[in-house]
Amino acid sequence: MPVLNHDIALLLAISGAALVTYFLRLGGLLLAEKLPRSGAFKTFLEALPGTILISLVVPGIMAAGVWGWVAAALTALLARKTGNTFVAMLAGVTIVALSRLLPA
Amino acid sequence: MRLAAEQMDAFRQGAVANLPVAASVAAYGSVLGVLAAKQQISWLTLLVMNLTIFAGSAQFVMVEMWLPPLPVLEIILGVLVINMRYLLIGASLHPLFDGRPLWRKALSMHLVADENWAVTMAAHRRGQASIGYLLGGGVCLLGVWCLGTLAGHRLGAFIQNPEAFGLDFAFVAVFTALLAGFWRNRSDGLPWLVAAALSLAASQFLPGKWYIICGGIGGALASVAQARRQTPTDGAARSSRRRPTAST
Repeated sequence: MPVLNHDIALLLAISGAALVTYFLRLGGLLLAEKLPRSGAFKTFLEALPGTILISLVVPGIMAAGVWGWVAAALTALLARKTGNTFVAMLAGVTIVALSRLLPA
Repeated sequence: MRLAAEQMDAFRQGAVANLPVAASVAAYGSVLGVLAAKQQISWLTLLVMNLTIFAGSAQFVMVEMWLPPLPVLEIILGVLVINMRYLLIGASLHPLFDGRPLWRKALSMHLVADENWAVTMAAHRRGQASIGYLLGGGVCLLGVWCLGTLAGHRLGAFIQNPEAFGLDFAFVAVFTALLAGFWRNRSDGLPWLVAAALSLAASQFLPGKWYIICGGIGGALASVAQARRQTPTDGAARSSRRRPTAST
């Protein structure tokens, strides 16, 4: 016999996951405001958006193989030249999709 | 009155700016919807998850673990670990919320996802971001996330295999396009390299999303170390200039 009624377990799991996620989002913001706005911490926070974004993409590019790198390079170049995120994204996705049609 | 109109404008712009990624968010949502239906999760439960948690990869893990009797504690811990990156993402948003009342922050932060965060930070670099812009993006993503997941749950995935269409790469491509606007100057080189190396290593050896945390923190620390190395050299130059004065 399960210890918890299924409905109660469901409620606990969802509300727990929701609360944890919410307080991570808000907590990061409030924590950053409590810490000093100068010196090392300022440098740290200013570098953070770029380094998070790099960390989000690099393993994904690597997983897509050589064509992933080609697609990423073209995407970055197009974004830089045209300033159009959508066109740049579309070009990258098209290259990866086409590369998967190639016989392995 | 004018302020409200301006905020509406920013909200709309933020929503539009997130449309490029919205299609792939919906496609992935439909995959989650199918998985949820297989695990006997009702559409209403799924909708409540979407609205209260609003975090794609965490919801995928939850649905995977969703076998009775529900491992409640394991599920919550799993979500905690996967969403740990939101601490960093939240911290990096602090310039946007500077001087705003706590209630404003408390009401806004729920709508922060990876995608609208990245789009907003890119706009922030151009001096065009605001809280309204962030929220517009959040509402846009939440909308397509709900549409996608529920469509998948009721009708089946509209794309069975997103990989075949390169849709898994859509997220990478969007973030890469945005990244192009994040480069400040040559001093970003070392931190970005460190972030790339650490995230790659962590993605090989650590589970879940730890690679984002390792790369993000490691790269930003490299930037601090780099700045430190430059400051003491200045200090040394100053003290060497001071030395002759002391001897006279």
